[in-house]
Amino acid sequence: MKFLAYFRSLAGKFFHRSQVDDEIKEEQRSHIQHRADDLERSGLDHAEAERRARIEFGGRERFKEESFEALGGKFIETLIQDVRFSLRLLRKSPGFTIVAVLTLALAIGANAVVFGVLNALILRPLNVPQAGSLWGIERGSDKAMNQSYPDYLDLRDRNRSFDDLAAYNVTSVGLDTGNNPSGAWILEVTGNYFDALGIQPHLGRFFHSADERGPNSAPYIVLSYPYWHSHFQDDRGVVGRTVLLNKHPFTILGVAPPEFRGTLLFLFPDFWVPIVNQEQVEGVYGLNARGKHNSILMVLGHLKAGVTPSQAVADLNSIGSYLEKTYPKDDGQMTFSLARPYLAGDWLGGPLREFLAGLMLLAGLILLAACANLGSLFAARAADRSREVALRLALGSRRTRILRTLFTEAVLISLIGGAAGLWSSVVLLHGLSVWRPLPTAPVQVPVNPDANVYLFALLLSLASGFLFGAVPVRQILRTNPYEVVKSGSSGRVGRRVTVRDLLLVVQIAICAVLVTSSMVAVRGLARSLHSNFGFEPQNAMLVETDLNMAGYRGDSLSAMQKRMIDALQTIPGVKAAGSVDRLPLYYGSNGSQVFTDETTDFRLSNLAAYPSTYNISPEYFQAAGTALWSGRTFTWHDDKNAPRVAVINQEFARKIFGSASSAVGRYYKTKDGTRIQVVGIVEDGKYDSLTEDPEPALFRPVLQSPSSLTCLVVRSNPVHSNDDPQQLVTAIKKTVQDLDAGLPFSIHSWNQELESALFPSRMATLSLGVLGLMGAMLSVTGIFGMAAYSVSKRKKELGIRMALGAQRKEVLQAALGRPFKLLALGSAAGLFLGILAGRVLASIVYQATPRDPLVLAGVVLVMSLLGLLASWIPAQRALSIDPLILLREE
Amino acid sequence: MTAQAQLLPGTLDLLILKAVSLGPLHGYGVLLRIGQISEQALLIEQGALYPALFRLVRQGLLKATWGTSENNRRAKFYELTSTGRKRLQEETDGWNRLAVAIASALAAEPEEI
Repeated sequence: MKFLAYFRSLAGKFFHRSQVDDEIKEEQRSHIQHRADDLERSGLDHAEAERRARIEFGGRERFKEESFEALGGKFIETLIQDVRFSLRLLRKSPGFTIVAVLTLALAIGANAVVFGVLNALILRPLNVPQAGSLWGIERGSDKAMNQSYPDYLDLRDRNRSFDDLAAYNVTSVGLDTGNNPSGAWILEVTGNYFDALGIQPHLGRFFHSADERGPNSAPYIVLSYPYWHSHFQDDRGVVGRTVLLNKHPFTILGVAPPEFRGTLLFLFPDFWVPIVNQEQVEGVYGLNARGKHNSILMVLGHLKAGVTPSQAVADLNSIGSYLEKTYPKDDGQMTFSLARPYLAGDWLGGPLREFLAGLMLLAGLILLAACANLGSLFAARAADRSREVALRLALGSRRTRILRTLFTEAVLISLIGGAAGLWSSVVLLHGLSVWRPLPTAPVQVPVNPDANVYLFALLLSLASGFLFGAVPVRQILRTNPYEVVKSGSSGRVGRRVTVRDLLLVVQIAICAVLVTSSMVAVRGLARSLHSNFGFEPQNAMLVETDLNMAGYRGDSLSAMQKRMIDALQTIPGVKAAGSVDRLPLYYGSNGSQVFTDETTDFRLSNLAAYPSTYNISPEYFQAAGTALWSGRTFTWHDDKNAPRVAVINQEFARKIFGSASSAVGRYYKTKDGTRIQVVGIVEDGKYDSLTEDPEPALFRPVLQSPSSLTCLVVRSNPVHSNDDPQQLVTAIKKTVQDLDAGLPFSIHSWNQELESALFPSRMATLSLGVLGLMGAMLSVTGIFGMAAYSVSKRKKELGIRMALGAQRKEVLQAALGRPFKLLALGSAAGLFLGILAGRVLASIVYQATPRDPLVLAGVVLVMSLLGLLASWIPAQRALSIDPLILLREE
Repeated sequence: MTAQAQLLPGTLDLLILKAVSLGPLHGYGVLLRIGQISEQALLIEQGALYPALFRLVRQGLLKATWGTSENNRRAKFYELTSTGRKRLQEETDGWNRLAVAIASALAAEPEEI
C-alpha cells in the first residue's frame, strides 16, 4: 500500500511534472482564498484580506519546491548520487570490478547465445503469414513426415480441417543458364504451394494449381531472392527467360520475396519447381506409386479458422483408416499427428528441442554459479566494509539507505557485465547465422538475435544483480554499530557454516556437473570418431553427381557409371573406384520392403524387414573398404538378363535367415513377389546415424536397379594422397570433365562428407566443452576468492601462530583446510549429479556414459587441479606473512 | 491569544494526523483544526503545512481527493488511511511516554534523589 502510493507519486513526478506543479499551485491558491474569506469575515476589505492571506502563507515558490520533493522528487538525485558513489567504490578496487564484470559477461553471454539459438530455432515461427496455424503432418508412430503422392492427394481432397494442403520435396538439380551448368538445391512443390502459404511474388508471378496438368506439364521456375541476386544480378528481365534444368527447358516465372526462404528453417532453396515435373527434375517419376512413401518429404497447410489441432488429427485419422482399408498393400500405419513444419517435425525438432533445453539449463546453472561466486565476493566485501557501515549507521544513516547503495553497486556491475556479454553474444550469433556448417549442403543456422534476446539479457542482468546483491543483506541488517566500532574489523568468530561456505559448495557442485558433462561429451565424440562405420573414410575421395542433370536415362546410366569408374581407376595412385547411389550416413537412407521367401500375402503387416538399401557398382565394397564376410560381391554380369541377386549385411542375415553363416544362396522376396538370391554378406555398418543399433542393410547391383544419383568413391594409396591431395583432385576433375563437360559434380573427401553425420555430436561437444570450461573458470575464481578472503581475515591469527613457531604445513592447513574441504564436498556432489544427468547426454552424444572410469578419474583430477591452482596465490600469501610487521600494524 | 510555542521537530506530522483523524479536512481546515485543538498555543507557518501533507500522502498515511469546501470553493480534502490511523496510535503512545518521562524528570526535587 505504502509502496503503491510511493510509486504513484513517483510516476506522477516523472510523467506529469507540469500537472503536479499546477495542482500544487491550485491547492496553495485555494488555501489563500479560504484564509482571505475568513479575514474578510472578520472585517477587512477584500483587497486587504487577500494581501494579508498571501503574506501569512509565506514563500509560495519555496513551499512548492519542498512539496515537490516531499512527493518523492528526490529519487533521481539520490539514484545519481548512489551511482556516483558506487562507481567511485568500484574504481577503487579495479581487480574486484574486472573479475565481477568478466564473470557476468561470460555467464550472461553464454545464456544470451543459447537463448538466441533457442529463440530463433524453436520459439520464433517461420517467416510466413499466420505462421501460428501452419502445421506439418506426421505419419505413424515413428513420426515420419514423408508421404506418397497419391496419399497426399487423398489427404488434401478429403480433409475438412485445412484451408489447403501443400507438399514439397528437397532435391538437387543442374541448372544451365547458357554458360556454365551448376548444381542447385531446390524444392519440388505442389502447384498450390505459394497460394496455400499466402506468399506474394517479389517479381513476376508464381505457379498455381491450375498449372498442373499431368506429368511434365509445368516446366516453370520460381527463383529465391538470394539466388536471383547472386546468379542473375537482380536482373528484372529474368521473368519469361528459358533456362535448361537437367537439359530440359524451364521458364522462369518470377522471384520470391526476400523474406521467404522456403519452409525449412535451416535449408534455403535456390528455387522452386512444380512437383508434377518430377520426371524431368529427378529422372524418375514416383508420383503414381501409393506405396512409395518417400516421394514427398512433407505435407503442410494452414488449419481452418476455429479448427483445433486435435480436431484436425481426428479428421486426418478417419481418412487414414479409410486408406489403410482401401490400400492394405501400400498403406501401413496411417495414423497422423501434427508438428511444426520448419524443423521437419519431430525428426529434427525433437532432439534439437531436448538438446537446447538441456543447454539452456546448463547455461542457467553457469549463471547461478556466477551469482553464487559474486554473492560471496560481495559478502566478503561487505564484511571488509563493516567498519564503514557501522560508522554510517552510528552517524544516523538508515539501513535501507545503505542497502540501496549496495544494490546500486550490484546492479551496476550486472548491467555492465550484461552489456558486455550481450555484445559478444550478438557478434557470435551473427557469425553463426552466416556460417555454413556442412560443406555439401546449403544448410544454415539462421539465429540472428531479435528484441527477445536483448530483453532476455537485460532481465537476466537485473535478476542476477539483485540475486548476488542480496547475499550480504542479512549481514548489514545485523550489523551492530557499537560492537563493530569497539572490537575492530576482525569481528567475532563466525558460525561454523556460513552462507558463503554454502554458496561455494553449491557453485563447485554446479561446476563439477558442467565439467563432467563436457568430459562425457568429449569422450563420446572421440569414440564416435573411432567406431566402425562399415566403411573406411580415410584416403577416399567422393565425386557426387546426378547423371540425370546431364540428360542420361535408362541403360545409358549404368553405361556412363561404368565408363567413369574405368576412367577413374586408371589415375595413378588410385587403388579402386566404385559407385553407390546414396552414401551411408548421408541425410537418411532409402529403404526397401523385404518379405521372407515363404510369404504369399504381401500386405505391409507381413513385412519382414525394411533395410537401408544401396544400389552399387561391383567395385563399391572394395572402394569403400567394406569387408566381405562370405559369398561374393557383384560383377558387371549381374545385369537385367541375369538372375536377381543381392548382398546383405550380417544384421539382415541374422534377422531374416537366423544366422549369418547359412544365408548365402538363400532367397527373399520383394513386394511384387520377385525372388532375390543372396550372394554375399558384408560387415555391419552405420547407415542412418552414428548412434544407431545394428540395422539391416541391403545392396543391389546397379545394373539391376539403375539410379541416376551417383556417388563415386575413389580410394587412393595413402602414400600418394599424402604427397599432394590437390593433385589427385585435379586428376579426378579432369577425368570426369573429359567424359562429359556438361555434367555438374562436386568433389570432397569422405571425411569432409562425414561432417554432416558428426555435426550434431560435434556441436554438442563444442557447446558442452565451452560451458565446462566456463564452469572450471568460475570454480577457480570462486575458490580463489574464498581462500584469499579466509587468509586475509585470519592474517592476525596466522601471524601469531607463526610467531609462536607454527610450521609451514600447519599454517597452510589452518589457512586452506576449509576451502579444500568445501571443494571436496562440492566436487563429490557435482560428480553424483553429473552421473544422474548422464542419461540426457547419452541421447545426443554417441556412447556417452558418465560411468566411464576415465571420465570419473578426469573429473576428480580436473577439480583437484583447479583447487590447487586457485589456492596457490592465497597459500603463498599466507606463508609470506611476517608476524612482526603484522603485530605492529594492529 | 496566549503566548505561542514553536513546534518541536517531527511533531507537525503527528498534529496533522491527529487533526485529520477527527474528520476529512482541506489544508486550511487542518491549520484551523490544529489551532482549535491546541487552543491556539502552537505556531505553524501556513505554507509549511503542504510539504508535510504531501510527505504523509507519499507515505500512504493520508489520501487526498479534490472536492468543494463549505465556502463553495474547490479544495483538496485529506483523510486518514488505515495505515495512518495505526501510525497515529503508535506516535501518540510514543509521545505520551516521552512526555511523562520528561515531565517526571523535570519535576524531580533534590530530596527525591
